[in-house]
Amino acid sequence: MHLALFLIFGLLCIGGALNLLLQRHPINSALSLIVVMSSLSVLYLLLGAEFLALAQIIVYSGAIMVLFVFVIMLLNAGEEQRTHGSRAAYLAGIPGVLALFAVLASTFFTLRTNLGSARLGSFLVSTGDLSRVLFRNLLLPFEVTSVLILVAILGAVVLAGKEQ
Amino acid sequence: MAVPIAWYLILSAALFSLGVFAFLIKRNIISIFMSIELMLNAVNLAFVAFANHWHQVSGQIFVFFVMVVAAAEAAVGLAIIIAVFRSRGTLNVDQINLMKL
Repeated sequence: MHLALFLIFGLLCIGGALNLLLQRHPINSALSLIVVMSSLSVLYLLLGAEFLALAQIIVYSGAIMVLFVFVIMLLNAGEEQRTHGSRAAYLAGIPGVLALFAVLASTFFTLRTNLGSARLGSFLVSTGDLSRVLFRNLLLPFEVTSVLILVAILGAVVLAGKEQ
Repeated sequence: MAVPIAWYLILSAALFSLGVFAFLIKRNIISIFMSIELMLNAVNLAFVAFANHWHQVSGQIFVFFVMVVAAAEAAVGLAIIIAVFRSRGTLNVDQINLMKL
């Protein structure tokens, strides 16, 4: 059950990310990113993070991606132009990305026995557990993020508002 | 049936690498911004997987804060994109190469 769900939604994640890469139109990329984020929320649920799974759906696939889709529609963004970017990005970037993935994957693969395995329900963080840590030990960072969001709202209004 | 944590981490590494790759080859500024979001999501998956491995709640707290910062970053970034589009009339990053018009 766990393995089947992991395989289905993990492959959906990879497929959505590849589709994001291959599509030329930004709206198609945005929709495939929604697929990636929604399947990631199922993976969070499998790993016992029930609050984060719902927050992922509400914040990422809900709020952030709706913002993206709105901006794409507002700017009437058409298909991507096929211009060539910097040569360095291709020459150093593609082998660099492959090397990054190879290093990370081989590290995790050699450590696979130490890392153990995840069972369904062996570690379940309820919203109560999460909020106990968040509001007791980490109250100050939590309050600071509210200031951050306030500043972000002001910045967005100032940047996107009409000049004069 | 148990799934090894390493598989989740390899999935997260694959998503991160795809995000970096999309960041490098995409030419549309909105697509580039979306690939940054993909990288943030990949790191979040790694955090949740390690939280499961160590049986610690603090790994999930990190994801919570990353989500909050990503929301703020998306709002400001998209506002910057709108401002850039208003002054240049293009979303192609090759034509956006001056800080000041």
